[in-house]
Amino acid sequence: MKTLLIGEYRDGKLLDSTYELLGFAGQLGAEAALFLVGSDSALPAYGGKLYLAPASEAGEFNPDLHKQLVLDAVKKENPDCIVFIHSSYGWDLAPRVAAALKAAQVSEVVAVKDGGYEVGACNGKMRRLIKPATAQAVITIQAGAFQPVQPGGSPQVEKLAVSASSAIEFLGYEPAEDKAVDLAKAEVIVSAGRGIGKKDNVSVIAALAKALGGELGASRPVVDAEWVTHDHQVGTTGQTVSPKLYVACGISGAIQHLAGMKKSDFILAINKDKDAPIGEVADVLVVADLMQFVPALTAKLT
Amino acid sequence: MKILVCIKQVPDMESRFKPDAAGVWFAETDLAFRMNEYDEYAVEQAVRLKEQLGDAPEVTVLSIGPDRVVEAIKKSLAMGCDRAVHVQDPAVHLKDPWQIASIIAAYAKDQGFDLIFTGMQSQDRGSAQVGVTVAEHLGIPCATTLVGFAYDNGTVTAKRELEGGVKGVVRMKTPALVTCQLGLNTPRYPTLPNIMKAKKKEIAAIPVADLLTVESLAVTASFHSPAKKGGGIVIEGEIADQVTRVISLLKEKTAVLR
Ligand SMILES: Cc1cc2nc3c(=O)[nH]c(=O)nc-3n(C[C@H](O)[C@H](O)[C@H](O)COP(=O)(O)OP(=O)(O)OC[C@H]3O[C@@H](n4cnc5c(N)ncnc54)[C@H](O)[C@@H]3O)c2cc1C
Ligand SMILES: Nc1ncnc2c1ncn2[C@@H]1O[C@H](COP(=O)(O)O)[C@@H](O)[C@H]1O
Repeated sequence: MKTLLIGEYRDGKLLDSTYELLGFAGQLGAEAALFLVGSDSALPAYGGKLYLAPASEAGEFNPDLHKQLVLDAVKKENPDCIVFIHSSYGWDLAPRVAAALKAAQVSEVVAVKDGGYEVGACNGKMRRLIKPATAQAVITIQAGAFQPVQPGGSPQVEKLAVSASSAIEFLGYEPAEDKAVDLAKAEVIVSAGRGIGKKDNVSVIAALAKALGGELGASRPVVDAEWVTHDHQVGTTGQTVSPKLYVACGISGAIQHLAGMKKSDFILAINKDKDAPIGEVADVLVVADLMQFVPALTAKLT
Repeated sequence: MKILVCIKQVPDMESRFKPDAAGVWFAETDLAFRMNEYDEYAVEQAVRLKEQLGDAPEVTVLSIGPDRVVEAIKKSLAMGCDRAVHVQDPAVHLKDPWQIASIIAAYAKDQGFDLIFTGMQSQDRGSAQVGVTVAEHLGIPCATTLVGFAYDNGTVTAKRELEGGVKGVVRMKTPALVTCQLGLNTPRYPTLPNIMKAKKKEIAAIPVADLLTVESLAVTASFHSPAKKGGGIVIEGEIADQVTRVISLLKEKTAVLR
């Protein structure tokens, strides 16, 4: 088995997830070559083969060009499996590569099992086992699902020439908004999810946060609905936190939320659904209507 | 100007899921279905663009699936889409994203759509493949995971959401496809007058066999619950007892309560 691993740079910096790709190949027991659109000055610490195209010419985000470059490397390497991280870069580029190769694509793989790939379904509540029917397969792996390898060594670089033109113009990055609340410093975070039902009920969650001497956090729908501001959002597109105590109120436990809080020392979840995926990371899951349980807990604490 | 929106009908995610008889997808008994959350943002953005351009564009909504998907189609018509295509396929759950995308592309190919809106992913499958693959089939540019969309005179300027709150801004010319992320806009609720108006709108039915020409590239071998990690304590019962147990656990296991 031969893999071509597609790593990522952001703003000139190699992303650590690149080492998760190597960990995944290791777990498969597969031969690995790395592909990067990046720069000589920030090479990965890795002792194998590296196909490198200069980001100075190809840009860090340019799907048309990057697709062509990946296809060039595929031609040279002839891998069985082309592996991306399931990230804003990976899920954007992988289907383009798969379509060009008419290869099966499997998205957001969490495990390798029984000759297939296991992926989540139904917002993480269920799993599917998918088997590619094509000789070559394109897969994206879930961020954090595979142990990264320890960085070490220096790669044998093969440079790729940049030629294709592009129908998509990248105008630049826009930095994250300034934060009024730094959740990363909080020892206790009490987060509101969509299960709170309406904006008025934010105060119920905020009252528990206050009683525990903590900060108010939130899942994404609560932020999208503008019930609280974005600086309270926990998750891949919000903040990553690891407080001593994290309380998730009416939060189902989608992977993008878990990624931001699963390293918390102690997780208490309140959910009316006993099967909610938050139960997979919670130390304690209280099966209850949060509008009854939370005020009762707050009252006992104050 | 012509706009296409692709929507999928999915089960309510708070449901309890059980494998079907074949063990490759969920059994439909006892499930309530609704429009894929991401697709609501796609419908809303298409309707807003129509309004921005003085109602001139025609917005077509397309959904592939069994007869029940007409409910989701009707909602999008009540939100402001003009007409609909129901690609009838009782076995859509057995098709892989490659086939779904090729069905949509086969329909769109000769229609001259200037813009195609899809969700970034479906909640039940979460493959995040169909939109991009449609664009690849049609040979048009595509931007994914949009949290910002602007259109002016044949040019789309899009804000893609990256990790950690960072955004990437891209520009492309129509015809183009965009995939919509949560929070792109605030999807409207259909009003009663609009629900009544929607009843008169056309829903064309096309059997899937008329549009499907490709074999699947991947097969689903099984659909099952995740292996339970266990370890966590589950507390059920009376609220007062639950509160007492939680407080004693917090005292015992965390340094937060003194
Ligand atoms: C690229 C990408 C990035 C994302 N980034 C983030 C991110 O950074 N952070 C984030 O949070 N999400 C993120 N999401 C969204 C994520 O996938 C989920 O949609 C989201 O986390 C769901 O939020 P929720 O749990 O509050 O809502 P839901 O999934 O709707 O869950 C609500 C829960 O509340 C429970 N409930 C309902 N009523 C009650 C009640 N009365 N009492 C008790 N429980 C109740 C329900 O059982 C359910 O489990 C991202 C998605 C994508 C695709
Ligand atoms: N059966 C379907 N009918 C119409 N559109 C679909 C269908 N399945 C997926 N899509 C579209 O493709 C997007 C991505 O789906 P997926 O690749 O399954 O994550 C969805 O948000 C829809 O816009």
